[in-house]
Amino acid sequence: MASKVLQKANSFYDQYFRNPSADKKMPHYCPGCGHGNVHKFIAEALDDFEVADKTIFISPVGCSVFAYYYFDTGNIQAAHGRAPAVATGIKRAHPHSIVISYQGDGDLAAIGTAEILHAANRGENITVFFINNAIYGMTGGQMAPTTLIEQRTTTSPRGRNPHNEGYPVKVAELISQLQAPVYVERVALFDNKQRAKARIAVRKAIKNQVENLGFSLVEILSPCPSGWKMDPVDSMKWIRDVMLPQFPLGVYKDLTKEVKPYEVPEFAPSAKEIKELIDIVPDSNKKFKKSKVIEKYINPEIKVAGFGGQGVLLLGAALAQAGMLEDYHVSWLPSYGPEMRGGTANCHVNVRNIPVGSPVVSNPTVLIALNRPSLEKFEQDVEKDGLIIFDSSLIDLDVKRKDVEALPLPATQLADKLGNTRTANMITLAAYAAYTGLFSKETLYETLKTAIKRRVLIDINKKAIDVGYEFGLTHRKN
Amino acid sequence: MAKILMKGNDAVIRGAVLSGCRMYFGYPITPASEIAEAAANYIPKVGGTFLQAESEVAAINMVYGAASGGMRVMTASSSPGISLKQEGVSYAAGAELPCVIVDIMRGGPGLGNIAPEQGDYNQIVKGGGHGNYKCPVLAPNSGQEMCDLTRMAFDIAEKYRTPVYVLADGYTGQMMEPVEFGEPLTKFPRQDWAVYGDAVSKHNLISSIYLDPEELEEHNLKLQKKYQEIEKNELRYEEFMLDDTDYVVMGFGIVSRILKTVVEKLREDGMKIGLLRPITLFPFPKGKIADLSERVKKFLVVEMNNGQMVDDVRLAVMGKCPVEFYGRMGGVVPSMTELYEKAKQLADSTN
Repeated sequence: MASKVLQKANSFYDQYFRNPSADKKMPHYCPGCGHGNVHKFIAEALDDFEVADKTIFISPVGCSVFAYYYFDTGNIQAAHGRAPAVATGIKRAHPHSIVISYQGDGDLAAIGTAEILHAANRGENITVFFINNAIYGMTGGQMAPTTLIEQRTTTSPRGRNPHNEGYPVKVAELISQLQAPVYVERVALFDNKQRAKARIAVRKAIKNQVENLGFSLVEILSPCPSGWKMDPVDSMKWIRDVMLPQFPLGVYKDLTKEVKPYEVPEFAPSAKEIKELIDIVPDSNKKFKKSKVIEKYINPEIKVAGFGGQGVLLLGAALAQAGMLEDYHVSWLPSYGPEMRGGTANCHVNVRNIPVGSPVVSNPTVLIALNRPSLEKFEQDVEKDGLIIFDSSLIDLDVKRKDVEALPLPATQLADKLGNTRTANMITLAAYAAYTGLFSKETLYETLKTAIKRRVLIDINKKAIDVGYEFGLTHRKN
Repeated sequence: MAKILMKGNDAVIRGAVLSGCRMYFGYPITPASEIAEAAANYIPKVGGTFLQAESEVAAINMVYGAASGGMRVMTASSSPGISLKQEGVSYAAGAELPCVIVDIMRGGPGLGNIAPEQGDYNQIVKGGGHGNYKCPVLAPNSGQEMCDLTRMAFDIAEKYRTPVYVLADGYTGQMMEPVEFGEPLTKFPRQDWAVYGDAVSKHNLISSIYLDPEELEEHNLKLQKKYQEIEKNELRYEEFMLDDTDYVVMGFGIVSRILKTVVEKLREDGMKIGLLRPITLFPFPKGKIADLSERVKKFLVVEMNNGQMVDDVRLAVMGKCPVEFYGRMGGVVPSMTELYEKAKQLADSTN
């Protein structure tokens, strides 16, 4: 028993070789500082649960920035306030590990408020030790979020004034209000009895993680004689007499008897499974020969425009898909940015024999207009000798320009006759393909596999392609 | 394997999964949210972790944590979100942690807008956060490259232990093009520096703190040496019609696509003009630019920003020939006709 008490915990390094100071045996903390006590409780608990090898200790910014000098565990040093986020990352990476986020009051309750709150709220299966000494120690005694009212610090030289700096943040109370945390307790280090209680709390918080129970936080009222400009004995008294009334001790939350352990299932799919799971197995492996395109319609730069809901983007995507099946170089670009809000949806499609340069079609050689505003807006942009196809059942206008070719197509009317107005876009696609010779009917059928997600709608859309194709062929002028 | 028509933003996550990325931490922001959505859909399906963080800052620090564990991990955001992440990127560069950050740039400064801009060049290519670091930057201009360069970013990140950026714009993210996918990586080698939560790795320390100035200088020198290695080995650019050229146009991302069409059209007109497209922005093709500057009449750099990459071009040209700049800001994408006219004028003004 005696040897156990006197011996340094195995979870500490024998010699603190990472400490640049000449003395490799002494910690860097000031005399009377509370960090040493808490480090000891943690190391002893890691020993007792035999988890030092799988422990990963996150050192924060603050006096404990060098905690990695001491703990013979995996160590990560984190940015100020971010330890719970870093802990989340490493715990999710290695769920079997024991992750400890060790933080001071500036770190946890000021700059890192968001990180601790949300790590707790997610119920990360980590253990947080929160050292509350009502001051910024490392930086030289500035005000902390936990500084008491009227307490003087270098940045509250006249004492903390609630009208200027607000009231001390009560972390244990705050965190215990969240649903996910399983264990929240506040302890203190001012006498042996309290230190024994603190030791038990530290052990419990680590044990909870070993048992996969979830998020635990222990707030520890800890002396900072240097920061407080007191001797160690007065520091103890100050915790008891001044801090305690503001920060009552006790268990704020304990669900450890109620919650069930949660383990993350492991899954490592094979290469073949991965490809299927991430949808990169093509719907179609068929290749289609290029159709005989009428000379003037080769390498079209297409703009498709209409109301949102008319299937404008889908029509464009189907054009690109058909082009890809016939081994063209294709691109599809949806209207983007402010244009999106203009009432019309449009997209740009290139179907080219050589790689597509700019995917942006400012001056289309083919305009497919499904509603009146689209025709009015884009007619002027069409290249000379270009082609305009428009839904003549919805647009009671004619193409004004005489230097372009117009193909009025009663797409909506034809779709209604088929019994489904929404097939107007596929009718238009097929009419365009047939009129210009760009795609074969077989290619368009195959395109439906990708374009139409609901299988029950494939048949009606096939009929739409037949109707559109027929229209395109019979209206050919070239 | 046959190709699939896919949006650039979707292709990013496919490339990431194929390269073995099993962890994604991010925060939603237009126009990069589709990457997070694709990650939320696919990464858990292959046994990985997707987590929507409480902030951009938390997201990059979760990346820092997972990268410490030797995992292939990524995040994505858009310009204002990237500004927020810079603290974490600096820490990751300092602690030499591999990770991939995708920036789908939008208009700025401030809240700006959600239209495509390239105003992040300086913050991404020149480091961005505090301290003496740089990150390799890959600038895709097609759906295929959104996949392939994301994949490559993970390899570069791991090889050099550094954060790597994929820098793209809203157009490249939104555009659908045919994409061909390679074979997925299924075996992940153990990193001897990482912390796995086991006896073998427990003496590893992930940290960017070096209190002693001389020690920190030594660490910085080591980083600079690494950046020199990266410059030597990882430079990538595309040349188009440069062999006999009198004029060089330069642009990255979506701009380079428009410029390519411009070069095609001007070549039809008989103008000797070619395109140099940096695929990596760090490393930057300064040697190639210097060579060209010995024999061409003029450079034209086109960017969707106030002129950021052009500074690097001018440094490489060293005054040997004129370098002109044409920029659009606020999310205005220059039209083909606009750039055609601009490039054509290069010849008019050359004496």
